[in-house]
Amino acid sequence: MIEKVLKGKSTYWTWLAVLGTFIAIGAICYIRQYKFGLGLTGMSRDVSWGLYISQFTFLVGVAAGGLMLVLPYYVHDYKAFGRITILGEFLAISALIMCLMFIMADLGQPLRGLNVIFFATPHSMLFWDMCVLWGYLILNCLCGWVILTAERKQVHPPKWIYIFVYISIPFAVSIHTVTAMLYCGLPGRHFWLSAIIAPRFLASAFAAGPSLIVLACLVMRRFANFDAGKEAIQKLTTIIMYAAIINTFFFLLEFFVGYYSEMPGHIHSLEYLFFGLEHDGHVYNNLVPFMWTATAFSFTGLGILFYMKIAKVFDYRLVGIAAALIFFSLWADKGLGFVFGGFVPNPLNEVMEYIPTANEIGITLGIWATGFFILTLLYKIAVGVEHEIEA
Amino acid sequence: MDNTRRKFLKIAGAAALAGIGAPALVKLNSTAAFASSEPAAGHGSAAGGHGEVVAATGVRLGMVVDMRKFAETPEMLDAAIAACYKVHNIPHFPDRKNEIKWIWKAPYANVFPEQEVLHKSEMAKSKPFAVLCNHCDNPSCVKACPTKATFVQPENGIVAMDFHRCIGCRFCMAACPYGARSFNWQDPRPFITSYNPDFPTRMRGVVEKCNFCGERLALGLEPACVEACQGSGAMVFGDLNDPDSEIRKVLDKEFTIQRNPAAGTRPSVYYIV
Amino acid sequence: MYNKGTIIPGLVIFIVFVTFPLWYNGLNAGTVPKPDLPIGQKECVAPAAEMRDNHMKLLNEWRDAVLREDDRVMVKVGGKEYRKGLQMACMQCHNDKEKFCDSCHTYAAVQPTCWDCHLTPKEAASKKETH
Repeated sequence: MIEKVLKGKSTYWTWLAVLGTFIAIGAICYIRQYKFGLGLTGMSRDVSWGLYISQFTFLVGVAAGGLMLVLPYYVHDYKAFGRITILGEFLAISALIMCLMFIMADLGQPLRGLNVIFFATPHSMLFWDMCVLWGYLILNCLCGWVILTAERKQVHPPKWIYIFVYISIPFAVSIHTVTAMLYCGLPGRHFWLSAIIAPRFLASAFAAGPSLIVLACLVMRRFANFDAGKEAIQKLTTIIMYAAIINTFFFLLEFFVGYYSEMPGHIHSLEYLFFGLEHDGHVYNNLVPFMWTATAFSFTGLGILFYMKIAKVFDYRLVGIAAALIFFSLWADKGLGFVFGGFVPNPLNEVMEYIPTANEIGITLGIWATGFFILTLLYKIAVGVEHEIEA
Repeated sequence: MDNTRRKFLKIAGAAALAGIGAPALVKLNSTAAFASSEPAAGHGSAAGGHGEVVAATGVRLGMVVDMRKFAETPEMLDAAIAACYKVHNIPHFPDRKNEIKWIWKAPYANVFPEQEVLHKSEMAKSKPFAVLCNHCDNPSCVKACPTKATFVQPENGIVAMDFHRCIGCRFCMAACPYGARSFNWQDPRPFITSYNPDFPTRMRGVVEKCNFCGERLALGLEPACVEACQGSGAMVFGDLNDPDSEIRKVLDKEFTIQRNPAAGTRPSVYYIV
Repeated sequence: MYNKGTIIPGLVIFIVFVTFPLWYNGLNAGTVPKPDLPIGQKECVAPAAEMRDNHMKLLNEWRDAVLREDDRVMVKVGGKEYRKGLQMACMQCHNDKEKFCDSCHTYAAVQPTCWDCHLTPKEAASKKETH
């Protein structure tokens, strides 16, 4: 099946070339960072995790989001997802590869990465995160490949593969739960120390993953002659809508807890993210525009989806806009605000803002481009197989 | 539900609690935040021998920082910090972003943000406090570390670092509720003013922090900061588990506070304010 | 055999490529290095042959003993006591990294990371405290 990536139209090659350029830039930036150290990033003693870990956190969600296709199709036998379930599995693969690359980019001593296995430490959540991420990656590679091969031969997939498909369902939940546990088990960080982090992560994941799949479907409908089917897209928008509403609800609960209890530790990070935190006569607010844009996007996206459901209209452009708005808002929420906000103020009640450097952004874009590169190749294979069956 | 069944469930529940829940319960009772230095002998037997008993014989090193003494001679704190930096080859970075700190100065409001009050004493208002790693009994950094590069030394309770093993994931920095950890964002050597040939420097990409001068204790010396205070009593160092130690005598006599006890990490550093 | 025309040249290129280090150096392993031994010190913590083979293992053992097991018992060599460690023990006698350590490490193309942190006597002296 791999040969399918080698034949494509000029748009396909142009797209790969664009991604390739970003990958090359990212690689150069990484070599610079590897030689000098993480001092080339904007991270500091006070904000000790930056873009890498925040992108990692967000992308674990995108990977887990594939569950919203696997679950209806395999457990509830929802036939409309037949054509696109493979897209969910392949999205998970590329998102997880990005996650692992972001973790490697973030390590101060990347060559010692295997110490996590040599000196396995079960009381560290990072150890478990490694286990579930690799586990979910392998499961998705296995299931995606075996099922697509069977599909191509137009036979039923072998029975044994369903065992792995069913195992992958709790695994999808576990990857994001364990990622939430990296944060919500730390005693000194009020913003993260909340039992709702894991459910909120999952809700946001179940909106972000399907949003990206919807966008990919629309792109492929336009450029690759692949139609996911109106029913499937409509069902996905319903899933996105409910998941995004639940995510917003959970987030508002955090606001209530903070601002009603008025406990300083519970307010500070929210204050910093949404209104700017005043400290020693200076207002720190570099994330405020992002957070309000995200809020506006989130509500606009949800509004569009409501309108389509209530007025019973369906328009691919509107679907695309809504999915893009919601995807961006969830990215800003989890891929920026959640991680950076948790470090403000620091344990000594001081404020240090984090601004990523150009080199760091180069690496980040490079890793995203790598993920999309892999995603494009995988989707090319999936769509090629579909076309082959139809022909 | 009939009576016998309810009774049975009650007994079964109690048994399950005693059997499974006991270690957690006992630990909580025996080592509450402020009694953290007390050996837990006796508590374990109450729960039928399931408890994790902290050995009364074990050494648990701790420190009392007497701010009254530092308020009298503020230059002593500077001397203590300088001594530490010299002994451990700690670099001086000009910018805050790269700072490496083992022991440093901060205002009361920053050291004790949870115990911040409106009307403070003159000392809390104006004097800089000494801040260092708390060498917690239940350190969250150790829990977080995925390679055991940071760990509690069972012989003395020091929360130590193995720089050889650290992968630089900085999970411990996120986990520490006291901001006691620093990361080498770049090669520290160009920023070290003078080398102590008896101690290594660090390489880029690893986390570091106060080590309670483990290497000096092995030679029978006091920690460098304590030594710099020249017996003034501004910093008292010793075994918290030994009722006859100097530090215990100070703790028995004076009212002390600790940083963020609500975090449940049971610090080994006490402050007299 | 199918595709003889491509397989055989391919194999030849592969073999030439893999053996590149051998013929590039003229099938000569070069002169075996002779590390400078400390003057006036005949003994080491173990016989020379064993040190040659296992010094890295010993250093790792010392590292774990000192850092993790709180075993800082001194080692005695030639009537003198040393603290365990590269900087504290080894380099007290083998004080020239370039002439001792590097001579073999360069020859064997290994790059130990010891000196990223540990100071050689020369480095330590380069930034001495000035009063």
